[in-house]
Amino acid sequence: MSTLAFIEISEGEIKKTSLEAVSFAAGMDTAVTAIAFGQATEEALQKAGAAGATKILHVSDTAYNEGNIQAYATAIAQAAEQESADTVILANSSLGDPVAARLSIKMEASLASNVIELPDTTNGFTVKRSIYTGKAFANVDMTEGKRILGIKKNATTLKEDGGPATIETFTPTSQENDFKVKILSQEKATGDVLLPEADIVVSGGRGLKGPENWGMIEDLAKSLGAATGCSKPVSDMDWRPHHEHVGQTGIKVAPSLYIAVGISGAIQHLAGVNGSKYIVVINKDEEAPFFKAADYGIVGDAFEVVPKLTEAIKAING
Amino acid sequence: MKILVCITHVPDTTSKIAFTENNTQFDKTGVQYIIGPYDDYALARAVELKEQTSGSITVLNVGEAETEPTLRKALAIGADDAIRINAAPKDSYYVANQISAIAKEGQYDLILMGRESIDFNNGVVHGMVGELLGIPSLSPIMTLEIDGTTAKMTREIEGGKESLEAQLPLVLGCQEPIAEWKIPNMRGIMTARSKPLQVIDPSDDSTRTLLKAYEQPAAKGAVKMIDADNVAELVNLLKNEAKVI
Ligand SMILES: Cc1cc2nc3c(=O)[nH]c(=O)nc-3n(C[C@H](O)[C@H](O)[C@H](O)COP(=O)(O)OP(=O)(O)OC[C@H]3O[C@@H](n4cnc5c(N)ncnc54)[C@H](O)[C@@H]3O)c2cc1C
Repeated sequence: MSTLAFIEISEGEIKKTSLEAVSFAAGMDTAVTAIAFGQATEEALQKAGAAGATKILHVSDTAYNEGNIQAYATAIAQAAEQESADTVILANSSLGDPVAARLSIKMEASLASNVIELPDTTNGFTVKRSIYTGKAFANVDMTEGKRILGIKKNATTLKEDGGPATIETFTPTSQENDFKVKILSQEKATGDVLLPEADIVVSGGRGLKGPENWGMIEDLAKSLGAATGCSKPVSDMDWRPHHEHVGQTGIKVAPSLYIAVGISGAIQHLAGVNGSKYIVVINKDEEAPFFKAADYGIVGDAFEVVPKLTEAIKAING
Repeated sequence: MKILVCITHVPDTTSKIAFTENNTQFDKTGVQYIIGPYDDYALARAVELKEQTSGSITVLNVGEAETEPTLRKALAIGADDAIRINAAPKDSYYVANQISAIAKEGQYDLILMGRESIDFNNGVVHGMVGELLGIPSLSPIMTLEIDGTTAKMTREIEGGKESLEAQLPLVLGCQEPIAEWKIPNMRGIMTARSKPLQVIDPSDDSTRTLLKAYEQPAAKGAVKMIDADNVAELVNLLKNEAKVI
């Protein structure tokens, strides 16, 4: 039996979260095959080899470039069959989750998403998953012979010492309904670090008073190579675009470092950031609830603290 | 247009999460239940679409009798009738099976639900229902316009969005800003009392996962406070203690 990992390509490169999925699969001590769709060079695909895959199936048919949910599910099911894979691993993402759902029905597989640890296989196949938006965990038995795991961001460390993988072209047979949904266009923030995948996030809240003050947040983010985020009222008031809104009803992030500036730390905001490894809070109100969830805190006026912090970081980064 | 809106009955977003009976049961003490916030968006968009195109909205919940106030609230917001599948939701597959059985019978043009429930956060029921019914499923959907039998949508992707087009019938997992949340008014609350709420037994008992035990996250260590005049100390800690910069 073997494991199949679905890897997503963005602008010719494998997404970091997908490399984590391959690393996770490699940690399960079975042979790992990866499947990738879309245009990518051999060199770019080999990163999956470094992450632990021994074989890479590449779907190079341009019909599959765009990320069509149904077509991907069909193709991955066929690849799993070809490779006799009993387990499919993918990263939780806006593409991975809906694909996993359809795939689980096609494969008659147990499905768990937001998995945060390697499975315990001493007695069956048990996974630990994050529930209640990060406020608790559930240990779940996957009772079918086949299973699909969606891996939460940063749940695993990246493996980078794997050998080169063999790369094979894979040609799926599409089914009648697979391309019924037309993808008309995609709009993506370019150039900047993408929030859902960022290793460091700097977020601003209503405490910043207005969109004209965001330059300060952007400067701090730039000094750290970080993505920028915001609280819900900030995006509701159109100070920042919706795709920067972090929290229970927005994007959930799990960076190594989350810096919250002028954000009170309402429970719904915390629900989107409680997967962060370290949290820094800058707030002028020492009673702000966010300090309870923080690792490091500064009570102070953002307008004074943030520029100083940016300078101090620039100084150490030379 | 016939719309089916699937709603979850979940603890209010501010609830304290605790477990009883050796961490096998959720502790409901003092917990307020609400319509899942994402499902609320789905329902709100359904109400707007009904106003534009006429038709009907059926709300569906897989849950025991205690979820009826949540269904009544959905009726007060604007659904025409409600179905409760009389069973505790056991896992995503179990729920998806119940929904698709109802959907097959009802021949709905549009099946809307939230992108995920805020209790179990699997975020997969919409896709399972789509596959079980053999129709497209898309999530997370941020905007939805219907013109005849054509749906135009935007779907969130990492760092942006994509525009999509498909023919009905469709299953969609919704999120903001697809619609403004609707608050029931007095008239809605009064009429909801007399709207039909059908209780049906589950059609299929199969599950594909089994919950063994819940766990609480480890308690967070105390925050280290740093003087606002000493940001260098914060930089030092981030670099040498946390090792994140
Ligand atoms: C169902 C539901 C879902 C929700 N989902 C989300 C979500 O996904 N994400 C989200 O963020 N919110 C969400 N909310 C809203 C949430 O409850 C809070 O209202 C929101 O997070 C508050 O944003 P804020 O902290 O930016 O603003 P505020 O609560 O107004 O806090 C501003 C903070 O800035 C501080 N401040 C002011 N001036 C300064 C200064 N000069 N320097 C430093 N600090 C300053 C203040 O002390 C205060 O703590 C949700 C609410 C509900 C009901």
